[in-house]
Amino acid sequence: MSEKKTKRRDFLFTATTAVGAVGAAAVVWPMIDQMNPDASVKALASTEVDVSSLTPGNTLTVLWRGKPVFIRRRTQEEIDEARAVKMEDLIHPEKDEDRAKNPEWLVMLGVCTHLGCVPLNDKGDYNGWFCPCHGSHYDTSGRIRKGPAPWNMEVPKYEFVDANTIKIG
Amino acid sequence: MKNLFKLFSIIILIITSNSNSFAAEKVEYLKTDWSFKGLFGKFDRASLQRGYQVYTEVCASCHSMKYLSYRNLAEPGGPEFSEAQAKAIAASFEVTDGPNSDGEMFTRPGKLSDKFVMPYDNVKAAQAANGGAYPPDMSVLVKARGGGVDYIYSLLQGYEEAPSNVTLDDGVYYNKYMYGNKIRMAAPLSEGLLEYGDGTNATVEQMSKDVTTFLMWSAEPHLEARHQMGFKAIVYLIILTVLVYFSMKRIWSRVESEV
Amino acid sequence: MSDHDYRPKSKVGQWFNDRLPLLTLANHLTDYPTPKNLNYWWTFGGILTFCLITQIVTGLTLAMHYIAHADMAFESVEHIMRDVNYGWLIRYIHANGASMFFLAVYIHIFRSLFYGSYKAPREIIWIIGIIIYLLMMAAAFMGYVLPWGQMSFWGATVITNLFSAIPLVGEGIVTWLWGGYSVDNPTLTRFFTLHYLIPFLILGLVVLHIWALHVPGNNNPVGIDIKKPSKDTVPFHPYIVIKDGFALLMFMIVFAFFVFYAPNILGHADNYIEANPMVTPAHIVPEWYLLPFYAILRSVPDKLLGVVAMLSAILILAVLPWLDTSKIRSAVFRPLYKQFYWILVADVLILGYVGAMPAEGLYLLIARVATAYYFLHFLVILPVLGFKEKTLPVPLSITEPVLGGSPNLAAARNKESKIE
Repeated sequence: MSEKKTKRRDFLFTATTAVGAVGAAAVVWPMIDQMNPDASVKALASTEVDVSSLTPGNTLTVLWRGKPVFIRRRTQEEIDEARAVKMEDLIHPEKDEDRAKNPEWLVMLGVCTHLGCVPLNDKGDYNGWFCPCHGSHYDTSGRIRKGPAPWNMEVPKYEFVDANTIKIG
Repeated sequence: MKNLFKLFSIIILIITSNSNSFAAEKVEYLKTDWSFKGLFGKFDRASLQRGYQVYTEVCASCHSMKYLSYRNLAEPGGPEFSEAQAKAIAASFEVTDGPNSDGEMFTRPGKLSDKFVMPYDNVKAAQAANGGAYPPDMSVLVKARGGGVDYIYSLLQGYEEAPSNVTLDDGVYYNKYMYGNKIRMAAPLSEGLLEYGDGTNATVEQMSKDVTTFLMWSAEPHLEARHQMGFKAIVYLIILTVLVYFSMKRIWSRVESEV
Repeated sequence: MSDHDYRPKSKVGQWFNDRLPLLTLANHLTDYPTPKNLNYWWTFGGILTFCLITQIVTGLTLAMHYIAHADMAFESVEHIMRDVNYGWLIRYIHANGASMFFLAVYIHIFRSLFYGSYKAPREIIWIIGIIIYLLMMAAAFMGYVLPWGQMSFWGATVITNLFSAIPLVGEGIVTWLWGGYSVDNPTLTRFFTLHYLIPFLILGLVVLHIWALHVPGNNNPVGIDIKKPSKDTVPFHPYIVIKDGFALLMFMIVFAFFVFYAPNILGHADNYIEANPMVTPAHIVPEWYLLPFYAILRSVPDKLLGVVAMLSAILILAVLPWLDTSKIRSAVFRPLYKQFYWILVADVLILGYVGAMPAEGLYLLIARVATAYYFLHFLVILPVLGFKEKTLPVPLSITEPVLGGSPNLAAARNKESKIE
C-alpha cells in the first residue's frame, strides 16, 4: 500500500468518525434540553399582591415562581438601622437605598443564599432574618451579616402598580 | 441490498395503505393547496391570523381550545401576532382566577400565560347548551379525524339539502362529508359572515381554508420546526451513510481480496 | 472461545482485569469471530439493539413529563407536544420507534426462519428471542394505553377482556387486572409501571440472547458449521461493526422520514380524542404490528378458542426447533422449504391485511383460510418436509464451498447470491 493511499484512507475514516460524532452530539442535546424549564413555565405570570392590609413591622409572604417572597413593611427604626450600617461591615456590600427604593417596603426572595432554606422572620442577631438550617443571620435589609450564606437575599424585579398593589416579576 | 430496499418499500406501502383504508367509507374530500404540506411546508401567516379570527368569532362560541395559551399566538411558527397584539387579544377575555385572600374567585383580564378561555365550564354544560351534543375541543381536532385537514375543510363546505330518503330530526343537519352524514352542528359559515381585518374576501371557501389552517397549527404547533429539522436530519444521515459506505468498502476490501 | 488467555498490555489494565475481567469481555466482543458471508439480513440484530436503546432513552425522558392519571394523562401528553423543549420530537421518536422496533424484529424473525437459525445448537437463543418478542408486545400494548386516548382506552378494554375467556376465573382475573370494574385510573397507573419495567427485562434478556449467541457463534447464509476463527470468519470489529452501522443508517433514514414527515400515519386518529368510557370508536383496530394475531383471534367464532388460537400462534414458535425436522439449516439448500417459506410470508401479510379490515364476509373467510394455513405450516408441512424433501448438497466451508466442483453447488451459490 502506498503512503498516499494510506493517507486517503485515514482521511476517510477520520471524516466518517467526525461526522458521526457531530450527529451523536446533536442527538444528545434534545435529551438534555427537555429538562430545562418548558415554555409554560417560562411564561408563568407575574404575581400581583394586595398589600393594603400590611401594617408597619409586619411581613407578608407570597409565592412567586414556586418560591416565597417576603414583603416587609418596615418601621422607621428598622430603616434607620439598615441605613446606618457601614459598607465595610458587610459580607456582600449593598446599600439599603438600592435594595429598597421605597424605604418603607422591602421586597425580596425569602430564600437563604446558602442552601435554599426559608429564613425566619424577626430572628437572629441583627433583628432581621435568621436561617435555621445553618445559622445565617440577615439584617433588616435582608443582607447577610453572619453565617455561611455568601450573598444578601435576592431582590426580584417588582413594581408598585398602585399605592396598594405590588407586581412581582 | 436491492432486496432490502424492495422489502422496506413494500412494507411501508402496506402499512401506509392499510392505515389509510381505516377510514372505511371512501369519500372524495375537497382538495386545496395547503402551504404546510411537503418537505419544506410552512404555514401561511396571513391565513393563520384570519383563521384565528374565524375561530374566535365563529367557532369559539361553542368549541373550546383548552390546550392552547394566548402566548402561543405570538410564538414562532404560528400566526405570529406581535407580542402587543397577543397581549391585547388575551386582555379582551375575562379569565376566572383565584381564590383571592378572601377565598373568593374573581375575574380579571387575560394574560399571555392563560389558556384559551372555554365557552362552557364543563362537558355537561356544553351538552346542555347544544341539545345533548358535545362540541368537541378543537385543540387537536385535525389529528383526531381520519381525513385530517381535507376532512375538516370539506365538512365546513359539505352542508346540503338532505336527499329525500333521509329524514332528519330537529337540530340535525345533512352533511355530505360527515361520518353517517348527520351532524348536530348547523352550517357555521356563510358568505360575508365576518369581515377580515386584511380585506380578504370572506367567502365560505376562504374561511374554511383559513380556519382549517389555523386548526392544523393548533394541533401541530411545531410543524415548521419539525419540517426544518427533518430536512437537516435526513440530509445529514445521507451524508454519513455515504461516508460509512465508502469506509465499509475500504475495510472489507482487506478480506474480499483474500477470497 | 479462545480469548480467555487475553492479557491487557498496560499494568493498570492488568490490575483491573484480574479483579473484574471487563477488558477480557471487551476483547472477546471486538475479536468475536463472525462468518464473513453474513448478508444484510443479519444487520437487524444491531438495529434492534439500537431500537431498544432509543426506546429506553426517549421513554425515560418522556416519563419525566408524563402524568399517569386518568384525568391528566391526555393533557400531559399535549403538554409534552406543545411546551416541553423538543417534547414533540422525543414523543414522535418514541411512538414511531415502537413501529420501527417491530418492523426490525419481524425481519429478524423471518431471517431466522429462512436460514434455519433456530435449529440446534441455537434453540435457546431462539426461545429467548420469542420471550423478548412477547414482552415487546406487552410493552407496546401498555405503552399505547398511556396517552389515554380513545384507542388507548378501548384497546385496553378489549385486550384485557381476552382474559375473561378463561373458564371460571376469567372474570375475576379481568377485575384484578383492572383494579376496578372497568379500565380506569388504577389500570392506567399499573400499566405505566409495567411499561416502565418491561424494557429493562427485555434488556436483560437481550444480554442472555447475545450470550447464548456467542457460545455456538452466528449462523450464516450457507447454514453450515464453521471453524472459528478461520478463513471463514472476520473479527466483529471493524468488519461487522461498520456493516451494521451502514445498515443502521439506512434504517434511520426511514425512521427519520416517519418521525419528521409522517409522525401520525402509523397511529389512529381516534387516539387524539380523550378516552371516553361512554363511546366506542367506530373502528377498533390494534397497531399494525399486532394485526396478524388480531386476525387469528377474530377468525375463530368461539371466544375461548379464539384466544387460545391467538396465543398458540405465538407459542408455537417456541417449539419450532423441534417441529422442523430437517437436518439442513439454510433454505438456500432446501428448494421445497423455500417455497413454503414464501407462502408463509405471504400468509402472514394477508393475515395482517384482513386484521385491519372488518371481520365480515370475504375478509372473514380469507382470515380463516390464512389462519388454518398458518398452523398447517408449522404443525404439518415443516415436520413432513424434513423427511420428504430432497435437499441440495451443502458446501463444507464458506471459503472453499466447491468440493470437486459439483454443478449443483454452483447453482446453489447462484441462488444464494440472488438472495443477498
